[in-house]
Amino acid sequence: MSFLIGKDMVAGYGGATILKGCTIGVEQGEIAVIVGPNGAGKSTAMRALFGLLDLTSGAVMMDGQDIGALKPQMRVQLGMGFVPQTANIFTELSVEENLEMGAFLHPDDFADAEEQVFELFPILREKRHQLAGELSGGQRQQVAVGRALMTEPKILMLDEPTAGVSPIVMDELFDRIIDIAHQGIAILMVEQNARQALEIADKGYVLVQGENRFTDSGKALLADREVRQTFLGG
Amino acid sequence: MVDIINALVLIANFIVVPGLTYGCQLGLGALGITMIYSVLRFSNFAHGEMMSFGAMTTILMTWWMQAQGISFGAVPTALFALPFGIVAVIALTLTADRLVFRYYRSIKAPPVTMLIVSMGLMFFLGGLIRFIIGPDDQNFFDGQRFIINARQFKEMTGLNEGLAIKTTQGMTLILAVLMVGFVFWFLRHTRTGKSMRAYANNEDLALLSGINPERVILVTWVITAFLVTLAGTLYGLDKSYKPFTYLSLLLPIFASAIVGGIGSPIGAILGGFVIAFSELTITFAYKRVLGYLLPQSLEPQGLMQLLSTDYKIALSFLILVLVLILKPTGIAGGKVI
Repeated sequence: MSFLIGKDMVAGYGGATILKGCTIGVEQGEIAVIVGPNGAGKSTAMRALFGLLDLTSGAVMMDGQDIGALKPQMRVQLGMGFVPQTANIFTELSVEENLEMGAFLHPDDFADAEEQVFELFPILREKRHQLAGELSGGQRQQVAVGRALMTEPKILMLDEPTAGVSPIVMDELFDRIIDIAHQGIAILMVEQNARQALEIADKGYVLVQGENRFTDSGKALLADREVRQTFLGG
Repeated sequence: MVDIINALVLIANFIVVPGLTYGCQLGLGALGITMIYSVLRFSNFAHGEMMSFGAMTTILMTWWMQAQGISFGAVPTALFALPFGIVAVIALTLTADRLVFRYYRSIKAPPVTMLIVSMGLMFFLGGLIRFIIGPDDQNFFDGQRFIINARQFKEMTGLNEGLAIKTTQGMTLILAVLMVGFVFWFLRHTRTGKSMRAYANNEDLALLSGINPERVILVTWVITAFLVTLAGTLYGLDKSYKPFTYLSLLLPIFASAIVGGIGSPIGAILGGFVIAFSELTITFAYKRVLGYLLPQSLEPQGLMQLLSTDYKIALSFLILVLVLILKPTGIAGGKVI
């Protein structure tokens, strides 16, 4: 059983069912990546795991404990960090204040946690007093990931962290995500840049129409001819 | 030269001093409006009556203190009754939140529903206040009336025109500066203050960071209670307390908040001064000022008043409309309504 697992999740918005019994799990220290075509339910699966969306059926377990009934805020307290795709920083607060808000539940550990984030993303140390809303796209993503790390998560969930950033920044961001996984944190992310994401993934999930189509290690999926031709453009 | 100084003193006496005072009172009110708007996301129409309620409880306490023979010499007793008024308004806002607003929050009512709910509260409070203290003018000022009066000023300077500074005007300036300074310090430098700004900026992300919205809302109501009681009492001391005036104050206060940029605390204060000074400069009769400045042959016959003071309220509306057309985010760049 994985550290965090969403089993046979069925969920949707209003009348439309988007997830039709998909299963997604991730281990501590591992990177799991969800890829798939538009409308496959990638982000929905992420939201369902985090409790932003109620499940019609299925279960979400973390560390052997059923957390399906908990509100997102409670899941944050249990150690789930979430970086939404949009509006993922406090634009009107300084970089440092963003981090401080991330550490809201653990104010005593603020200095240590902040130091770790600054080591991971040195540019944030330079810009600590600047408003987060004035930063470039890549720097904003760093603030967003940094804020989530300040919640001292055991699992970090990233919804398209590289959306709208340049390829160089994307590589840089992926390197940092590997660093974070090496600290023993479980990482689950949804990615549009499927090829690059699968290269760093310990586990990859290919979702199609709300169901698991392929599940394997990232390398194996990249090597799979059918996956390549259908989802990675050759 | 003396003529120019006389003209300046005249302007200081009738525009600058009253404008600063009125601007502070509006700014305190607008700051409350802006905070409720940012955190609770609705325009609080009960704000004027909350100010009135704060002034009323302060008055009742002042009377009680006066009846007990408690007096503070030159300083108005109301200053010392103020903390009791604040406590009463904290109780009021928290009760109103618990009984009324919390329900509409829980069903995620749209802002316009919240606005109408706050209007209901406004009418209820208006009734309650008239039931307790009556609809008439109430006087609760005691102590020394002037810091400097016009006669003293004339004797000191030998000028024709006098500059009077009322105790209430001095008090308004000092208390407003202290209060606004405290609110800004609180929002910038305390963890709770930062969490309020974070919640106002991005509600969902604040929840994901473990910020408790009910606590943010509670603190917002407490700060609002300080602001409304101060604004209401100072206005009542300076002009005179009459429940009806607080209903008509609602318009210039909202105008201040919107002109400054709703959601921006600095904007609320700036907006207060913009509205206060435009009301005063446009309704002031410049006849005597021009009499000093122009040669005798050109001395104006009329009052040289751009608008009669009856149009004061209409002026707030005019500025409001102009701002909404020309710069909807207001001076300090707030949210667009």
